[in-house]
Amino acid sequence: MTSLDPASRADPVPAVPKAAETPLRRFVSDYCDSRLAVGAALLLAVIVLVALLAPWIAPQDPYDLAVVSIFDARQPPGAQSMDGYTFWLGTDGAGRDLLSAIIYGLRISLSVGVASGVIAIIVGMTVGLLAAYAGGRTENLIMRVVDIQLSLPAVLIALILLAILGKGIDKIIIALVIAQWAYYARTVRASALVERRREYVEAAACLGLSHARIVFRHILPNCVAPLIVVGTVQTAHAIALEATLSFLGVGLPQTEPSLGLLISNGFEYMLSGKYWIAVFPGVALLITIVSINMVGDQLRDVLNPRLQK
Amino acid sequence: MSDAPLLALEDVSKRFVRRLDAAEKIVNLLGGNRREEVVHAVDSVSLGIREGEVVGLVGESGCGKSTLGRVVAGVHAPSAGKVLWRGRDVATMSGAERRDATLKIQMIFQDPMSSLNPRMRVRDIVGEAPRVHGLVSGEEVSDYVDAMLLRVGLDPAIKSRYPHQFSGGQRQRIGIARALAVRPDFLVCDESIAALDVSIQAQVLNLFMDLREDLGLTYLFISHDLGVVEHLADRVVIMYLGRVVESAPAAELFADPNHPYARALLDEVPRIDTRKRIFQPVKGEIPSPLTPPTGCHFHPRCPHAKPRCSAEAPALREIAPGRLSACHMNDG
Amino acid sequence: MIRETVLEVSDLKTHFFTKAGVAKAVDGVSFSLGRGEVLGLVGESGSGKTVTGFSLMGLVDPPGRIVSGSIRLGGEELVGRPEEAWRTLRGRRIAMIFQDPMMTLNPVLRIDTQMIEAIRAHEDISREAARERAREALARVGIPSPDERLAAYPHQFSGGMRQRVAIAIALLNEPEVIVADEPTTALDVTIQAQILYEVQKLCADTGLAMIWITHDLAVVGGLADRVAVMYAGRIVEQGPVDAVLDAPFHPYTHGLIGSVPSHNRRGHRLTQIPGMAPSLLHLPPGCSFAARCPRADAACNEMPALTELSPGRGARCHHPHLAETATGGAA
Repeated sequence: MTSLDPASRADPVPAVPKAAETPLRRFVSDYCDSRLAVGAALLLAVIVLVALLAPWIAPQDPYDLAVVSIFDARQPPGAQSMDGYTFWLGTDGAGRDLLSAIIYGLRISLSVGVASGVIAIIVGMTVGLLAAYAGGRTENLIMRVVDIQLSLPAVLIALILLAILGKGIDKIIIALVIAQWAYYARTVRASALVERRREYVEAAACLGLSHARIVFRHILPNCVAPLIVVGTVQTAHAIALEATLSFLGVGLPQTEPSLGLLISNGFEYMLSGKYWIAVFPGVALLITIVSINMVGDQLRDVLNPRLQK
Repeated sequence: MSDAPLLALEDVSKRFVRRLDAAEKIVNLLGGNRREEVVHAVDSVSLGIREGEVVGLVGESGCGKSTLGRVVAGVHAPSAGKVLWRGRDVATMSGAERRDATLKIQMIFQDPMSSLNPRMRVRDIVGEAPRVHGLVSGEEVSDYVDAMLLRVGLDPAIKSRYPHQFSGGQRQRIGIARALAVRPDFLVCDESIAALDVSIQAQVLNLFMDLREDLGLTYLFISHDLGVVEHLADRVVIMYLGRVVESAPAAELFADPNHPYARALLDEVPRIDTRKRIFQPVKGEIPSPLTPPTGCHFHPRCPHAKPRCSAEAPALREIAPGRLSACHMNDG
Repeated sequence: MIRETVLEVSDLKTHFFTKAGVAKAVDGVSFSLGRGEVLGLVGESGSGKTVTGFSLMGLVDPPGRIVSGSIRLGGEELVGRPEEAWRTLRGRRIAMIFQDPMMTLNPVLRIDTQMIEAIRAHEDISREAARERAREALARVGIPSPDERLAAYPHQFSGGMRQRVAIAIALLNEPEVIVADEPTTALDVTIQAQILYEVQKLCADTGLAMIWITHDLAVVGGLADRVAVMYAGRIVEQGPVDAVLDAPFHPYTHGLIGSVPSHNRRGHRLTQIPGMAPSLLHLPPGCSFAARCPRADAACNEMPALTELSPGRGARCHHPHLAETATGGAA
């Protein structure tokens, strides 16, 4: 450097008179444009909180056989138990307090959905980035596998896998990951292909940065937005898929009832007029999935680069 | 200024091939006639740039000037030919030597929106490479970034902001600071001011001239704007459809262009100091680089074309000391 | 030369009512346009030149709207007319050419279909007659073998040819005024020259009046009769093109011309205008150029009026470059 005195030469350009604004703050303010979406996010937060705090807020531990009495079976909403407390949402066929069962079921449904989502994102993201950056044969091979996978219904794939693997939370998570990674791989590849051609990636190459650094520090952070959107919607799908599988009896064991299993258990009582055993878990499932999807929709609007100023 | 070129291109070509996809291969099996599309973006270009020189590279869309710039900057590897940095072939370099050559040649891009990573703060955009390459130590990075920002006329207080918070001119300055941070000797400017407003263009052009004076930088200045090139360049190279058609010292070229395309180009440029004239455009369109004309690429539009021009491509030869032109008319 | 006035714009204001505040994109613009005249409307991004063009066409979309002022086309007031009335005018009496010709062209329709529809929307004539007129329009803008080209789709044309087709469509109903918004900015130099050549011929031959919106002073210098320079939503200077470019009154015009590299200042530093244009949301109360102006003083805290400083020439400035105009201003 021969001269570091700028004052005599270039005009210091006045900075934009705006408070330092991080992408996160901008994102939050954009998200809050829709009241409905804020409501959905709050509702979702409450649902997650309830699921997390289940042992402390559920009136009864539905897994504790000492508390559950078969004599309380199939009580309607509002009925009193033998021990004198109220079953606000009634009881199921085994005499469990339905409200507690739903709270615990929510906990299982959500954790299965989120765990499978996170693992599927990691797998899909890696594979998608690899495809986009490597190109050629590798890309072709990966994308054909993705195409084949996406052409089969997810339920079918999961059913086949569970038939082979058997029951259990770990098994269903594996099945859901395998049924879903392809969505993420396709999403990441599509945005990575676009980002790869941007001039800032060429600039990074000029600056002698390593391939790993370019892929993970430069390209990946710019592919996260669509991934978040797809991730939210896919998590809702995963929860619904798990419920479907449990309803069909191939998902979780009876000892760990998720919402789907509760619905399935209650289904046989529908015709005898004991609607609550199936309907309340169903409503819980519906509210959960709709709120996740509404959050996802708003995220898509906010994070869509074409709609950004 | 030494006589040996700082950077030299020897018969550099760059081809882009679009291979057939599976569907097209099936069409061919069924008797279709699909071919691979090959674009000769750069066709056997030789060029030497001396230390401290500013070379202007001029041409219209599809002439390969941006591709040539990217070959020089090391973003694209040439399909054929050699890029020599201080007399050494870049392709045969390895390890530290190659890294040094990479860092010494930096590029300033056209689009101030897409040339900065939107997810990074200014301090990381400018400071990342010097830190990674160990040009400055961890605790010095912050001061170093400040110095770079001052150098390009920006207030260091802005360094924790993101690119979207700046105007086009400011973003372009950040891109220049990023390049300067790895202490380059050579800048490739690819239409670096084309996207800016006129008054901002002048600011950035002046910055380029100051940097040249203060840091002794050498430039390859790629532009479609002849006025800008005339203002800045010592020597001007004109490309048409992948080939160099004329190369001459700026003053001589603008006073007396030799190649018919160079002449046409100079005539067409609207200039603020020659106005309300009658436009007398060259006829015809710029041919597609996918199917360039035979012989001299310019012959379908050339007012002086002879039968020979469509049969044989003219060689780029010296017509006066320091002046090269590729036209059959020079053969007398 | 006295020309019959075709278009008269006075004190036009188009504001955008955004969440962040009111952006005064066009704030009191006045000019007139004579038959066969080309007016260059010059400005940098955000100066309001494009919004002015869209206002003339009645194409300003919410949250923007024309707040006040008047646009008189052939003596007829356009401001305040219902959308219906604008629609019958657009394309017939006043037409627009965009920077991207695909704004005009429909990618899935053949050129002849589009052109014939454009004619028959305003006039009750047979398809054959309309087609013939379309063919003539294509020939007039220098498109070779117009008969074949009529049957082509827009993607079969190059960028320059597409822009010619867009111009031909604008010409179809023989409008009185064409508003051209940076129509050659995206084109190569030799192709731009071809289009400028056709436009020059058209205006001279047919008496068509044109507003040529651009950021490029050099193009205006070669093409326009008069020039209006816009800055932050207002016209800061206007007058005959030679006079303005040779000896500008307004310091902004002065700086802008100094920013353009030219023959005689090779290798020297360009005169640069410091800083950047103000945000239209937060305009200063006085002259909006004052913060960047070398001549600014306390007087500039008050908005200067557009005053006539020599016959046919005006500037909006308290401290115009008058001394230098003694020689150049007479033109």
